[in-house]
Amino acid sequence: MREIVMQMDNVTMQFGGVVAVDSLSLDIYKDEIVALIGPNGAGKTTAFNVATGVYAPTNGRVLLRGKIIAQGHPTGKMKHMYAGTHIGEYNKLISHTPDKICQMGMARTFQNIRLFKNMTVLENVLVARHMRLNAGFFQSALNLNLHEERRLRRECSDLLDMLGLSDLMYENAASLPYGKQRYLEIARALATDPRILLLDEPAAGMNPQETDELSDFIRKIKEDFNLTVFLIEHHMNLVMDISDRIYVLDFGKLIAEGTPEEIQKNPAVIAAYLGVEEE
Amino acid sequence: MMKNTRSGSYAQPQEKTVKLSTVLSALVILLVYAAVFVAEQTLPSTSILFTVLKKGATYALVAVSMNLLNGFTGLFSLGQAGFMLIGAYAYGILTIPVEQRMNVYQYYDGGIVQFALPVVPALIIAGLCAAAFAFLIGLPVLRLKSDYLAIATLGFAEIVRTIFQWDKLGFLTNGSNLLREYPTFNDFNIKGADGEVTLYLSTLVPFIIAGVCIALIVLLLRSSYGRAFMAIRDDEIAAEAMGINLAKHKQIAFCVSSFFAGIGGAMLAMYQNTVQAKAFTSAMTYEILLIVVIGGIGSVTGSCISSFLFVACSEWWLRFLDQKQMIGNFEVPLLRNGFRLVVFSIIIMIVVLFFRQGIMGTKELPDLFKPRRGGKKPKRSVKEKAEQAKENAKEALQAEEQITLTAAEAAETGAAVAAEAAGEEAASLKDKAEEAKEALKEALAQEAAAAAEAETVEGGEA
Repeated sequence: MREIVMQMDNVTMQFGGVVAVDSLSLDIYKDEIVALIGPNGAGKTTAFNVATGVYAPTNGRVLLRGKIIAQGHPTGKMKHMYAGTHIGEYNKLISHTPDKICQMGMARTFQNIRLFKNMTVLENVLVARHMRLNAGFFQSALNLNLHEERRLRRECSDLLDMLGLSDLMYENAASLPYGKQRYLEIARALATDPRILLLDEPAAGMNPQETDELSDFIRKIKEDFNLTVFLIEHHMNLVMDISDRIYVLDFGKLIAEGTPEEIQKNPAVIAAYLGVEEE
Repeated sequence: MMKNTRSGSYAQPQEKTVKLSTVLSALVILLVYAAVFVAEQTLPSTSILFTVLKKGATYALVAVSMNLLNGFTGLFSLGQAGFMLIGAYAYGILTIPVEQRMNVYQYYDGGIVQFALPVVPALIIAGLCAAAFAFLIGLPVLRLKSDYLAIATLGFAEIVRTIFQWDKLGFLTNGSNLLREYPTFNDFNIKGADGEVTLYLSTLVPFIIAGVCIALIVLLLRSSYGRAFMAIRDDEIAAEAMGINLAKHKQIAFCVSSFFAGIGGAMLAMYQNTVQAKAFTSAMTYEILLIVVIGGIGSVTGSCISSFLFVACSEWWLRFLDQKQMIGNFEVPLLRNGFRLVVFSIIIMIVVLFFRQGIMGTKELPDLFKPRRGGKKPKRSVKEKAEQAKENAKEALQAEEQITLTAAEAAETGAAVAAEAAGEEAASLKDKAEEAKEALKEALAQEAAAAAEAETVEGGEA
């Protein structure tokens, strides 16, 4: 049995009366590329936000490498409004802030690019190394950790070199072309030393050629950095090309899972994407 | 080819110019200190210049501490006057000589503190007191965002101001009475045996205190923590997702900023010779906020420069507006007590409307000595492109001539085969000509763009 890197157990996320994610369970094994797809508003990004600690799940739990990183059950007003299932199975409340979860080895990128716009490309990547700093506050604040600082800079410029961004190292992040900004966001996520990388629509706004390059790129970093990749994407060519397995969400519910071939033939998926003819 | 030249020009000279510009900046700062020292020994000590320099140094430190919070960490806090007050009182309370205590605390039996500390430890404790208050306030308040944080910290400053005037705390704070008799800037002058001043240091010392503190802030900003602060300013959500603990880092920035505001408050107490809680109003915070905005939010150098300009304007250059001025027999209208503030407000409005970046934007002193990457280089490359395009255009003209020539030749010989061949050649040449024509158009457009860019750059410089 292969090691499960990330696991979601019956995760339900309800905002007021809206159930955005309904009892979602999925397992992601080591060294896999797994895609989460679904029509607009299916709850894909919400699922990502629960996994990375932005939202605490209304019910259910998330495990990262066997450790519970988020667990919740309906409390307060939600007790009466809760519309999901599996009530009473997750009685202990556990929650971590996103920075803690990132330190535990889960890194992410964002659907709408969120770079540190007034900082250079190199600084953007350096920020991601901040949490792994050995020096204490005073040592760092007085610039007494010159050795470590130099090592960090070298590591980060090597990383940028590997990803083909080293020409732009001293450029302002906001001045990069759109495609490069996407790559920089991935570079920044890689700098946190993740075990699992969550990519939220990495190919959004890219043309077909750039999308092809991106799928090669994702495969390459997966090998080079020994990663497990979990991604949300709308470009079906990319998804079918690189995914080992695919989960399909519709209206917050998991409607299918399987290999790309299975998903392409699955009638429920076709119905969700194209609609069903009335009889 | 293009790629190579670019990476070369970015990676290589970067290292060298950074070093050169740092050396030049250090030289400039050294010159300023030397100038202050020389001026102090040569000019009469009553000159208004020294008032401006002392207060300017004090305000520069407080402005930089505020910039650390507002400009670099993105926390809009307006509590600076409150932290200055805490620093000023801590300094005053700890340094009043024991024999003067009965005199100062005349209504409170000499007060509760019956010892006096030297200046430097007192300054550090003043900063620590302010930082301790900031820590406690920060626990609830830093959860708030933008405007709400500003209102909460402003409220805190007002509460502190009132509490320090409270009668019941008089044994510590001397109630609403003045604190005085503690060491001031003038006590730094070295006096000879006969009481005559032999070496004036009363302006240089505040410069040194402020300089050391600002240098510490700059070091912090250049460290990994400084980068984390700027990341929080640029995008809180992304910063948190990249493993930066928001609560911890905001708390650190808040405490460090307050620490230096506290030292700034202590310096203000030294400058004023007496200190009273009543004076630390929210208007003082606004003055400092103005300095930060005028200097450029996110520029330490800007805050320093603008604090001296601000203090010089308010204490010196615009003073004449407050007095009646006679030119011959003609009395200049409007000039009377308070008009200075009107003019001041107008200047500020102009700055905010037309120079929103402030004096420095986000640039620092070393940036001024670096060759400008944005301005000059692309201009040259555009020009090069334009020249190349011009050459293409010349070729195009030649090609066109050739077309006409070959066509004429074909017509002359009348041979069908020749005509056909010539026609083919003509077609290819025509294509080439058209291509070249387009290149010419592009070249002209690029030249125009380059000219426009040059104009805007010059306009920006002006």
